Amino acid sequence: MKSYEAKTLSWSVVDGTIELLLDHAPCNEIGSTMLTDLEAFVASLGSLQKEAHALIISSSRSEGFCAGADLRELYERSQALRTSELASAVHEFLERIHRVMNAIDEAPITTIAAVHGVTFGGGFELALTCDLIIADKMARFCFPELRLGLIPGFGGVPRLKRDVGNAVVRDLLLTGRSINAAKAQAVGLVSQVAAEGEALRVARATAAQLKKFDRATATAAKRFIKPVPYEELRREIEIFCELFTRPAVEAGLRKFVESADALPYLP
Amino acid sequence: MGTLQNTTEQILELAAQHFKVPREKLAPDDDFFKKLGINSLQALDLLTRLEQHFQIELPDYELQGVSDFRTLAERIQSRL
Repeated sequence: MKSYEAKTLSWSVVDGTIELLLDHAPCNEIGSTMLTDLEAFVASLGSLQKEAHALIISSSRSEGFCAGADLRELYERSQALRTSELASAVHEFLERIHRVMNAIDEAPITTIAAVHGVTFGGGFELALTCDLIIADKMARFCFPELRLGLIPGFGGVPRLKRDVGNAVVRDLLLTGRSINAAKAQAVGLVSQVAAEGEALRVARATAAQLKKFDRATATAAKRFIKPVPYEELRREIEIFCELFTRPAVEAGLRKFVESADALPYLP
Repeated sequence: MGTLQNTTEQILELAAQHFKVPREKLAPDDDFFKKLGINSLQALDLLTRLEQHFQIELPDYELQGVSDFRTLAERIQSRL
């Protein structure tokens, strides 16, 4: 077994499956530290996938899979930098996270997100890079970005549009509401719904099934059916950066950061 | 469709059971955040359990400003 432990996540290869485990309190918020760790993982993916046929991404945090971007860090940076510097820093961050997301999306092995609890914003976007989403029945999916005056910035809308009908995309994006696993399965987003605490086990069983198939055929099938929407992903970065420096965003971030609730995820 | 009283009772039962609070300590007008000692993330967990129990969809924005069991029951009742 090969394994590696970073500050916010770890990975190991077990029986031909790479398991990437997110573990960053409180709920795997993606800030600069986790981004650096994800980049390290992606840099290793090339060699890891030589001895693997599948990748499972899951979380060890009881609160959920991932609550999305680290808004507190984003707010602090927005206060410390001038507007022009901030726009440049945000653009650079987005370019980096897109490289990570694209690398997982393009991986020649079959990828599975095993999700539970909060799967919001950037966490939802990470799950959408995967070929299959296996959800604990208590999982909830949400794009809350419009509440902050933004659109999702980690590739979420182009990837969601790839997977489900445009009406579903509009519903999630424009209302900012969260949906449960059963609804997500009903609209075709989730492959399988597992009992509470069972998503990782179901994902491992699925990965074991995938091992029976010829690797080159599985890769060809994936590349045929799952094109990466590069042009729309580029456009998403542009729109996000256009929106980011408006006062509405700073106000939205401040409201989130100053909330008395330690986890202010309810609208 | 049951009555509002029946819906409220089911919510109180479910909340008591899941958050391990004696049922007799919960009343319809209680603030569920305070009485159950939960944050908004745990409220989402409660929402998911209620959606499963009543087999409904209840958008979380309908819970904005809602903190007592009776109003929560009214929101659910409107979806049954």
